[in-house]
Amino acid sequence: MDLQHLENIAKQVRRDIVRMVHGCQSGHPGGSLGCTDFFVALYFHVMRHNAKEFNMDGIGEDLFFLSNGHISPVWYSVLARSGYFDVSELATFRKINSRLQGHPTTHEGLPGIRVASGSLGQGLSVAIGAAQAKKLKGDNSLVFTLHGDGELQEGQIWEAAMYAPHNKVDNLIATIDYNGQQIDGPTEQVLSLGNLRAKWDAFGWDVLEMNGNDLADVIRVLELAKAKTFKGKPIMILMQTNMGHGVDFMMGSHKWHGVAPNDEQLQLALYQLESSLLDY
Amino acid sequence: MKKYTFTDKKDTRSGFGAGLLEAGKRNENVVALCADLVGSLKMEAFIKEFPHRFFQIGIAEANMMGIAAGMTIGGCIPFTGTFANFSTGRVYDQIRQSIAYSDKNVKICASHAGLTLGEDGATHQILEDIGMMRMLPGMTVINPCDYNQTKAATIAIAEHHGPVYLRFGRPVIPVFTDADQKFEIGKAWMVNEGTDVTIIATGHLVWEAIQAGEKLAEMGVSAEIINIHTIKPLDEEAILRSVAKTGCVVTAEEHNRYGGLGDAVSQVLVTKHLAPQEYVAVNDSFGESGKPADLMAKYGLDAAHIVEAVQKVMARRNK
Repeated sequence: MDLQHLENIAKQVRRDIVRMVHGCQSGHPGGSLGCTDFFVALYFHVMRHNAKEFNMDGIGEDLFFLSNGHISPVWYSVLARSGYFDVSELATFRKINSRLQGHPTTHEGLPGIRVASGSLGQGLSVAIGAAQAKKLKGDNSLVFTLHGDGELQEGQIWEAAMYAPHNKVDNLIATIDYNGQQIDGPTEQVLSLGNLRAKWDAFGWDVLEMNGNDLADVIRVLELAKAKTFKGKPIMILMQTNMGHGVDFMMGSHKWHGVAPNDEQLQLALYQLESSLLDY
Repeated sequence: MKKYTFTDKKDTRSGFGAGLLEAGKRNENVVALCADLVGSLKMEAFIKEFPHRFFQIGIAEANMMGIAAGMTIGGCIPFTGTFANFSTGRVYDQIRQSIAYSDKNVKICASHAGLTLGEDGATHQILEDIGMMRMLPGMTVINPCDYNQTKAATIAIAEHHGPVYLRFGRPVIPVFTDADQKFEIGKAWMVNEGTDVTIIATGHLVWEAIQAGEKLAEMGVSAEIINIHTIKPLDEEAILRSVAKTGCVVTAEEHNRYGGLGDAVSQVLVTKHLAPQEYVAVNDSFGESGKPADLMAKYGLDAAHIVEAVQKVMARRNK
C-alpha cells in the first residue's frame, strides 16, 4: 500500500480516536494518537492477518498483542477500519453493553482481540507464550507487541525480558512506545528508565529504534525487524513518539494521557485533522 | 465401619506427576511449565517423555502465568506448576486478567498447599488459595483427596475446556480411592452413607473424616461422609440430598475458615436448606513450622477435631 494512502488512513484513525474519547468523555487519547502511525503500518502493511475470518488461535497468521491496553481507541479504530467489525460500532466505546470496553478484552467477543489487557506488565509474557506455541506447532508466522515505556516499571516485564533471549524466542517483534510520559508526569521524574537501549541489549535482545510518528520510518524499521526474525534473538524496537501526535494542544504533554476533549477542543482537534463535526 | 482401608501411602503431588504424564500421552497439545520446582511438582517423567513440550520458566511465576495464557492461543493446553502460594496469591492479577477474564484454557497446578507443607512455615503454607480462586468468575477449583484421585483429576482437567485450579500437597497420606476411578468434575463422591450427620471434606481432610467416621460409629453416630473434590462448581444436589436426611453439617478443609469449602457449603445451606454447620478449618491465622501431623493437631484439622465438631453440630440441631 502506498504511503499517501496509509497517511490518509492514519488521519482517519486519529479522527476516530478524538471522537470516541469525546463521545463517552472518557479514555486515553494521548498515547493513542502517538501510536497511530505504528498501528496503521502494522495492520495495513506489515502483518499477515485475516480480518474477515477471525479465530482465536490465528494459525498461519501474524498476531498482535497490546500490553498497554489503555490505548484501546487506536486499536479499536484500526481493527474496525481493517475489517474486523463495523466502523459504526466505534461510537459505542466505553458505553454500557458495548464490546468496546475501556480496556480490551476477549470477554465481549470482539474480533481481533486475543487476550485482555489493562493491568500493565503482562503482555510481553503472553506474546512470548504465543510465539513459543507457534514454534511448537511449526507455524512460521510472527508475533508483534506494543508496550508503554512507563509500563516497563512493572517487574513482570523484566522476567519476560530475561526469558525470551534465553529461550531464543526469535519469532517475536516487541515494541515500546517511548514517549517519555506517564500519568503522573515525565517518566524521568516519576521513575527514570535509564538507558533503555543498553538494558534490552544487555538482556540479549536485538534492539532497533524508529521514529514512531514518521510512517515511512515505521515501515522501514518494521520490515527490517521482520528480516531479523528467526536468527536466534527476540527483537525489541524502541519507538520514539509524541504523546497526542496530530493534535497540537495535546502534543507532548502527559496531561492528555487520560483526559477527554470538551466540545470546543474536539472541534479544534478535528479541524487540525482536516475534518469537521459534520461528517461524524 | 472399615469401608475404606489402605495398603499404601503416597503423596498427592506424585499423583499429579503420574496424571500429567498420562494426560501428555493422551493429548499432544498438553504442555507443562514450571517455575524452578520440577522435583517438587514431580514433573520429571513428563519432561523425560516430552522434552519439547516442557518449558522451564525460572523463578518468575508472573511470567509463567502470562506465557501459559499465550500458549493457549494456538491450541496448547498448558499445565503450570509451582507451590500453591506462588500459584495464586503471588500471581492473582496475572491469573485474573490474562487467564480467567480472557477465558484461557490454562491448568494452574499447585503443590504444597496448606499446613501439611510443614517445616517451611507460614511463608509457604497458603491457606487462602481456595478462596481466591473460587472468587474468580469461570474458574474451576479442584482439591483431590489422595494419590489416585489426584492422578484422575489431572487427566480429567486436560479434557475440560477452561481455566482450572488444581490443588494438592506434599505429605505421604493413605491411598484409599480406586486406581481406575472415573473423575467427574463437579460431581461429589459419596464416601460413606449415614443418617445422623453430614461430613463434607476436601483434600487431605477426607481421610481424617473417614477416621472420624470410624470413631463416631463406635460412639453410635452414623456419619455420612462426602468427598467434595470439586469446590467450584459445587455439587449442590449431593449436599442438599444429604442434609435433607441428616439435618446438620460439618465441613472439613485444610484452609482458612474464610472463603473455602465451608463458606461454599454455607452459601448453599443458607439459601436452600437451613441447617446448623460447624467448620473444621484454620481459625483465621497463619501457620508455622512443624511436622505436618503436629500442625494438623495444633490447628484443629484432625479426626479428633472433626468428631468434636460433629458432637457440637448435632447438639445444636437437637435443640
